[in-house]
Amino acid sequence: MEKPTLQAVPGEPRALGSQAIDNLRFIRETMERASSFTAVPGWGGVAMGASALLAAGLSLLARTPEEWLGIWLAEAFLAVAIGVWAITRKARRANIPLFAGPARRFLLTLSAPLAAGALATLALQRAGQMQFLPGLWLLFYGTAVVTGGAFAVRIVPVMGLGFMLLGTIALFAPQSWGTAFLAAGFGGLQIVFGVLIAKRYGG
Amino acid sequence: MGVQSPRSKVQSQPRSSAPPRKRALPDLDRVIHERMRLAIVSTLAANSPLSFNELKAVLGATDGNLSVHARRLEEAGYLACSKSFEGRVPKTEYRLTPEGRRAFEKYLGHLEALVRTARKP
Repeated sequence: MEKPTLQAVPGEPRALGSQAIDNLRFIRETMERASSFTAVPGWGGVAMGASALLAAGLSLLARTPEEWLGIWLAEAFLAVAIGVWAITRKARRANIPLFAGPARRFLLTLSAPLAAGALATLALQRAGQMQFLPGLWLLFYGTAVVTGGAFAVRIVPVMGLGFMLLGTIALFAPQSWGTAFLAAGFGGLQIVFGVLIAKRYGG
Repeated sequence: MGVQSPRSKVQSQPRSSAPPRKRALPDLDRVIHERMRLAIVSTLAANSPLSFNELKAVLGATDGNLSVHARRLEEAGYLACSKSFEGRVPKTEYRLTPEGRRAFEKYLGHLEALVRTARKP
């Protein structure tokens, strides 16, 4: 076995220094990639998708818009709870500190667009414009995933873009399709990408 | 990611031909210094254990390239590799050994020392 004792080239210290900086940057980027890798939960996404499909079925039975909204708000809380639990679990399994690493960054960047979405929901509900909610929810969630997943493996922002695209279509589609769009996005897209992430990127 | 970038000067310089040094510069760990191996060690330092396929996905490496360099790190005692079966599919899992983590930290220390030296007036 060769001994790991190669001498650094005693050339220009400045050139060596910038080389060392390059290497440090390379290490940092690699480590960031490595930890974002496990920050985004796949199976958790599948569970969130399943709960959304359930909510979609329930919300078809709703008799008033308020009931419909109540069901989806409950689903939002449930999905957030599942998501946080899944991220925690995945971070713990990979020995990544949850509140210091990419998992924290993912949660933080995710939460800003989601809070904006909650405010928009409140405003639209008060204005009696609930027909825009499905499109906006998909759009806001997509934005959250794109920004939150900007440093993660590429499939995460791609999933976000999928949600944004679906939301945009939903905004201009007939009002009566709203629940179907929600089912397709929060159910379908979430499950498909959840399975892909879980299969390729460890759970 | 610049995993396949050309080997740096530091590494390709043969030891014997090095001219006398003016200032003490740290010795860089050659096992870790190579780009692909540095990527493997950095990845496992941040996230361990990872399976062969997970490592491959994170690094964007080919099977051959990854296994050659992983073996080299294993021989140096920096990497531990465990083989198991997940159902019928063989699964190889890599983790950094305590020795590997120490070597990685030492390497980081050397880089920092190089940066400090360069910044001296």
